[in-house]
Amino acid sequence: MAASSPAIHTVDLSKRFGSTVALTGLSMTVPRGEIFGFLGPNGAGKTTSVKLLLGLLKPTSGEAWLLGETIGDLKTRNRIGYLPELFRYQGWLDAREVLALHCELAPLERSTWKEEITKALATVGLTDRADDRVSTFSKGMQQRLGLAAALLGRPELVFLDEPTSALDPVGRHDVREIIRGLSARGTAVFLNSHLLSEVEQVCDRVAVVDHGRVIASGTMDELLSGTAVRVRVGGLDGAARTKLAGFGPLDDEGEHLTFTKLDVERVPELVSTIVALGGRIYEVAPRHQTLEDRFLQLLHEEEKS
Amino acid sequence: MLVVSLAPAADVAKYAADLGAETLVPPVLVFARLTIQEASRRRLLLALLVLTLLVVGFSAWGFHKITTVTRSDGTLLPPTQVTLITSQLLIVVTFMYSGVLALSAAVVAGPLISSEVESGLLLSMLARPVRRSEVVIGKWLGLAVLVFVYAAGSAFLELAAVNWATGYLPPHPIELVLYVAAEGLSLLSLGLVLSTRLSGITGGVIALVAWLMAWIAGVVGDIGAGLQNSALQNVGTISHLLLPTDGLWRGAVYAMEPDVILAALRAAGTAGRANPFSAVDPPPNAFLAWVVVWFALMLTLAIWSFRTREI
Ligand SMILES: Nc1ncnc2c1ncn2[C@@H]1O[C@H](COP(=O)(O)OP(=O)(O)OP(=O)(O)O)[C@@H](O)[C@H]1O
Ligand SMILES: [Mg+2]
Repeated sequence: MAASSPAIHTVDLSKRFGSTVALTGLSMTVPRGEIFGFLGPNGAGKTTSVKLLLGLLKPTSGEAWLLGETIGDLKTRNRIGYLPELFRYQGWLDAREVLALHCELAPLERSTWKEEITKALATVGLTDRADDRVSTFSKGMQQRLGLAAALLGRPELVFLDEPTSALDPVGRHDVREIIRGLSARGTAVFLNSHLLSEVEQVCDRVAVVDHGRVIASGTMDELLSGTAVRVRVGGLDGAARTKLAGFGPLDDEGEHLTFTKLDVERVPELVSTIVALGGRIYEVAPRHQTLEDRFLQLLHEEEKS
Repeated sequence: MLVVSLAPAADVAKYAADLGAETLVPPVLVFARLTIQEASRRRLLLALLVLTLLVVGFSAWGFHKITTVTRSDGTLLPPTQVTLITSQLLIVVTFMYSGVLALSAAVVAGPLISSEVESGLLLSMLARPVRRSEVVIGKWLGLAVLVFVYAAGSAFLELAAVNWATGYLPPHPIELVLYVAAEGLSLLSLGLVLSTRLSGITGGVIALVAWLMAWIAGVVGDIGAGLQNSALQNVGTISHLLLPTDGLWRGAVYAMEPDVILAALRAAGTAGRANPFSAVDPPPNAFLAWVVVWFALMLTLAIWSFRTREI
């Protein structure tokens, strides 16, 4: 297929483990060069999706294509990078050797290895530890090494399964920069995460999965069109709180109530209702919906249906 | 050079790759090299080398003693006696070597794949253009090289020591090495099959128990031969087919028996067969052919089992 074929295309991809449905009916298209965020709570099926696409798991049903070739095709894999959620590299090799191993398996031309490795190490900030055994690395350094391995050889598509789970704030910032850099040179990035602010900052489009189903997807703007209202309130008991159900999904954090999707026009109505219920309002703050608001709203709606 | 390796076989693969500047090493050899590299970096090879040197040194001293002991009348043992005792002692010492090899092979092969699946080590590698069969064959090949190197190296050292101490050499040293190595290789293959599905310790323990049971079944078969009881004999035969380790061990024993011993065993008739440290005949060709088929079956099984495993 032509180079214009999408980075990822899936049709009704499903996976069961015995009676557990890990993923059902995943249909999506990720164009080249796009940063695609895949969101969902624990056990939603994010890692399963990535493993299916990489051919590490066999789908129960459905089809998928990466870079125009059916999944499991051996040759396309040399154009793909992958940082697993469970990242682990040979402790008895040093960082440079691990990357050389990946260059060899990719396979990249031998003459390019040195440059590729040096570049990847610099990108993830491991240059000064390049000749140390991986077994002496901290968790975060190992994750950086995994990221470096995923970047080798200018892949056209990179899968990052929670790439910042072990990283410090600086590292998280670096990863966002790396992801933007990849996209800028035309590499598509499939980012699994439940760090919503991270996804919000880098992704062009997102899909939200729960219980193996995509419950929403679209660009950031499409998803976050609504407003949320945060209220600081006292004197409301549980019974009173349930009476607020009419104002849409509610994220109840005790003193702080966040109505994750509520039109600004309804704020006066909300205030008078709370007062009528005997609540004392200290603060009302409408804001643009954040991804977290939207996420909680979606999961809330999902639970009800 | 980016990959610095300590192991000779790894260097061979590297030089082969360097000859043609841009020829790439096939993944099978990459995994074989990696396996050898791991054993050497984790000091397994060093530990085996040191232990082997210790045993060789100790046994050289022991064998030397045979030539210097005096009988009650104050004379030394006659050369035929020395040969007899040396050959029997060598069989026992070799049994220990084959045991060490079998144990190491089972312990190393047991977690070979399972531990890397569990830790996630294989995830990033299997996302490369690599077939699962290449992983299995590569790891098998790497360990097979180690098994042969260990069998040949330790046999050379031990036989040199025995020869220095007593002047004795077993009649078929090459066959001896091959049989001992093949025994280690059998356990390696069994361990590899198990490691595609079971966790490391479990696979290793099963392989070890299977090895001991095969050995006992061989003894049972011997007793059957001695008593001319076909049911017991079948136990031995079937166990040799299921796991050829004991059959191969008998081949090694045969390779170490000088003619005098063979003649004595034959003269003893059926009673001469009832002993796991003796062999009257070499392993039949049909058995050796079966061993080759058995290895192929084990590898096929391991590949199939790993290919259908979800990771
Ligand atoms: N090998 C397996 N055997 C059985 N069930 C599995 C297996 N792998 C995953 N599952 C199940 O599939 C579902 C999805 O798991 P998955 O790992 O894809 O979740 P996830 O979205 O990546 O979660 P997390 O955010 O915790 O990483 C879960 O219910 C999980 O229990
Ligand atoms: Mg996951």
